[in-house]
Amino acid sequence: MANQDACGPATPVLSVRDLAISLPYGGDRLNAVQEISFDVLPGKIVCLLGESGSGKSVIANAVMGLLPSGLLPTAGSIRLQGRELIGAPQAELRKLRGPSMAMVFQEPMTALNPVVTCGEQIGEMLSQHVRMDRAARRQAILDIMRRVHLPEPERIYASYPHQLSGGQRQRIVIAIALILRPALLICDEPTTALDVTTQAEILELIRELQTQNDTAVLFITHDFGVVAEIADQVVVLELGHMIEQGEKHEVLTRPSQPYTRMLLDAVPELSLRKRQPLPEAAPLLSARKVSKVYATGSWPLSQRHVHALREASVSVRPRETVGIVGESGSGKSTLARCIARLIEPTSGDIEANGRSVAHLRGRQLSPFRRDLQVIFQDPYRSLNPRQTVGSSIIEGPINFGVPRAQAWSRAKELMGLVRLRPEALSRYPSEFSGGQRQRISIARALACEPKLLIADEAVSALDVSVQAQILALLEEIQRLTSVGILFITHDLRVASQICDRVIVMQQGRIVEEGSVSDVFFAPREDYTRRLLAAAPGRDFSFARSADVQQDPVYPKSQQV
Amino acid sequence: MADARLLSSVVAVEPLAPRRRRSLLRRVISNWSVRLGGGVLCILIMAALFAPWLGTIDPTAMDPGSGNLLPGARGDFNSFDGDVIPHWFIMGTDSLGRDIWSRALFGARVSITVGIAVALLALVLGLCIGLTAGYFRRIDGIVMRVMDGVMAIPAILFAVSLVALFGGTLLMVIVAIAVPEIPRVARLVRSVVLSVREEPYVEAAIALDTPTWKILLRHILPNAVAPLIIQGTYVCASAILVESILSFLGVGLPAEMPTWGNIMAEGRSQFNQFPHNVLFPGIFLALTVLSVNVLGDGLRDTLDPKFNKRTE
Repeated sequence: MANQDACGPATPVLSVRDLAISLPYGGDRLNAVQEISFDVLPGKIVCLLGESGSGKSVIANAVMGLLPSGLLPTAGSIRLQGRELIGAPQAELRKLRGPSMAMVFQEPMTALNPVVTCGEQIGEMLSQHVRMDRAARRQAILDIMRRVHLPEPERIYASYPHQLSGGQRQRIVIAIALILRPALLICDEPTTALDVTTQAEILELIRELQTQNDTAVLFITHDFGVVAEIADQVVVLELGHMIEQGEKHEVLTRPSQPYTRMLLDAVPELSLRKRQPLPEAAPLLSARKVSKVYATGSWPLSQRHVHALREASVSVRPRETVGIVGESGSGKSTLARCIARLIEPTSGDIEANGRSVAHLRGRQLSPFRRDLQVIFQDPYRSLNPRQTVGSSIIEGPINFGVPRAQAWSRAKELMGLVRLRPEALSRYPSEFSGGQRQRISIARALACEPKLLIADEAVSALDVSVQAQILALLEEIQRLTSVGILFITHDLRVASQICDRVIVMQQGRIVEEGSVSDVFFAPREDYTRRLLAAAPGRDFSFARSADVQQDPVYPKSQQV
Repeated sequence: MADARLLSSVVAVEPLAPRRRRSLLRRVISNWSVRLGGGVLCILIMAALFAPWLGTIDPTAMDPGSGNLLPGARGDFNSFDGDVIPHWFIMGTDSLGRDIWSRALFGARVSITVGIAVALLALVLGLCIGLTAGYFRRIDGIVMRVMDGVMAIPAILFAVSLVALFGGTLLMVIVAIAVPEIPRVARLVRSVVLSVREEPYVEAAIALDTPTWKILLRHILPNAVAPLIIQGTYVCASAILVESILSFLGVGLPAEMPTWGNIMAEGRSQFNQFPHNVLFPGIFLALTVLSVNVLGDGLRDTLDPKFNKRTE
C-alpha cells in the first residue's frame, strides 16, 4: 500500500495553497482561516501551532473533508499526492480516508466507540478498504497492536475502550490511523488529554512509526514543548492568519515575528526563579495525615474501598505558594477538596486558625470558609451562566454579612485589580473569553478577603499567553495581600515559575516535598525524575527576550 | 516569563466585547410552533372565558321539544322557567335538547382548568420532591422508590378509585390526575439536579458559604425551569385527555356538568344517527391537545439547549 510510489521524494504529500475557509454569517471574523500555504513532505512532521481560536483544527478538518456544515472553503487548493481535495465528492474522500490519509484525535475516549472491542474497531478500517480473510485480518490487527507497543495484544483485542488507560486508548486510535499505512497522518492535539509521562511515550511512538513508514505528519498543537520535541517544520497561526513558517530551529530560536516571540516568552520554563523570602509566621492552615477513602457498591459485603488519598500532610504560611504536582489520579485534587472542605476527609486533621475543621459540618464551617477560597480549573463551568458577573462576585460577601452596597463597591475595585472594566459586573459570563472568566473567578475568590487561596489547575485550560497573565496576576495579588496559595497543577514548568515549595504526589501519596530548587533540580525520588524527564521540550532553549529571567516589575496599581 | 509587553497587556484594562444577546423571550416568540400552538390555545382560552357572550345559552338547560336537532338548525328554546329564547343551534342539540355549542364552550372551561391545574400541581410537587431527592443523597433512595411505586399504579385506575372513594368534584379529579404525573416530573428534576450539582459553580457556591436553600434556588433550580415548562405542556395535554376519558367513562365529573367527555358519553348511544354529539366535542378536544403539544414542541426547540442548533 505504499502510496509514495507515484511521487518522488521531494514531492510534497500534502500541499495547501492560499486556503481560505469562511465562517458562517455572524461569526467573530469573516474567514476562519485565510491565505494559508504550506507543504508536508514525506517523512517530515509539520506542526501547526497557535492558540485557541487560531483555526488550526479547521485546517485539519478541511484536509480530511470533515468540515462542520457552515464552514466552506472559498479559495485556494488542498492537494494530497497531487489530487485536489477541495470540491472532491464525499465518496472519493471516503476512499482516501484510511489508505491515503488518517487522523488521530485529541480525546481518545470520544474517538472510540464505547460498545465495540478495540480489536474490532481496528479491524473495521481493514474491512472497509482491504479484502482479506478473518485469520489474516486478526493477524494484521495483532501486528499493528504490537507495533504501537500495546502490552498483551490478545487481551486488548477483546477489551472495550473503558477498560484501557488513556495512553493505551490513544495507542488504539493511532493503530486505527496507521494500519493502512497512509501517506499522510494528521494528529489533532493527540497528547493534550494525556499525562506528561504518557505524552512523552505517545510522542515517541508517533516519531518512531513515522520514521518507519516515511509518513508525512501534520501535527496540531498549542504546546511549544511538544513542538520542540517532535516538529521538523513549524507553521504559526494567529486568528486564522499564517504568521510565520519555517524550520523548527529557525522559528523557535530566531522568530522573525513579534507574535511568535510573544508566545515564546509566555511559555513557562522549568527554571529557578528568585522569590522574595517569606516572613516567619505560623501556618495559615496545616493538614496532618489526611486520608480519603471512597467506598463503591451499596451492599456492605460487596463494597470495594478506593484510597484516593493516603496520609497526606501539608501546611501553607502567609504569602507562601505551595505547589502540588502529579499526574491525573495522583490525588492532588482530592487533597485540595479535602482541605477546602468541599468533601469530608475520612481521617486526619485539618487545622486553621487554631481550630480543627476536618469534621465540622454545615454552618460550623462558615468562619473557615471565609478564610479560604477556591479557583477552579474550568473557567467555563465555574461561573453560573445564569447569573451576572456582579451577583456572582458579591454572593460570598453577602453570605458573610457584608451590606449589599459595600459588597458592590468592593466588587468594582476588584474588577480594577483583575483588569476588567467595572461595567463587566452587569454582564453574563458567556460574554467573556476563557482568560477573562478566570480573572472573574479570581475576583470572586478575593471578594471574601481570604487568607488562603486554592488554585486547582487554575491555568491549565488557558492558552500560554493568557496563562502567563493569570500567573502574573496571582503573584501580584499575593504581593499585595499576603495571601497563601495552594497551587495544584500537572505542569511542572508552571509550578517551577510560581511556587516556593512543591509537593509531588503519586497514587494518593506524597512522594517528595521540598523547595523548588531541591525537588526540581536535585530530585531524590525516581518518580519525580521520571516526571521531570517527561516534560516536553525541556532540553530546548527557546528564544526569549532579554528581560524574561528577571523578576517582574509591577506597576503601581491600586491597593486592595 | 512576564516581560514588559506581556505585563502591559495585563495592565491594560480590557475593553469589553460588544453586547450580543438576543432575548430569550424574542427567540421563543419567533418560533412558528410556539406561534401556532400558542395562538390556537389562546383562541380556545378566550372562547372559554367569554363563553356567555358567544351566542350560548345555559349549558345545563334542557328542552325536550328541541332534542336531537341537527347542526345549524334555528328555532326556539323553551326553558323550564317558561322563557322562549330564539336560538341558533350551531352544533345541534343532544337527545335532552341541550345546546352542544354552549356545552362545548363551557366544557372548554373545565378542560382547560383541569389541564392547567394538574400541570401546576404536578410541577410544583414534582419539583420539590425532585430537588430534595437529587440534592440530599441520603433520602434519595427512599423517595425515589416511593415514586417508582406510584408509577406502577395505572393512572386511569388510580383516578377511577380515587373519584369513587371521595366523589367526583373538580378538585378530586384534578388531584386524581395529578398524582400519577408527579413521579415523572420528580425524575426529570432529579436528573437535572444530579448533573448540575457536580458543576464547579455549585462547588464554588458551597465554598462561598452559600446556604443550601439558596444554592438550590439560585444555582440549581434555574437549570430545571426550561425542561419543567416543556414537561408541563405535555402533562397539561395528557391531563385534558384523561379528564375527558374519566367523564366519558362516567367516573369523572357529574354527568350534568358540561365537559367534553360527558357530552361524548351522552351522544355515544345515538352515534349512528346523530354523530355531531360526539364529533364536535371530539374536535374541540383534539384541537386543544394538539395545540398544547405543538406549543410544547416549540418551547422545547427554543428552550432546551440539547435541541438548540445554534452554536456558541
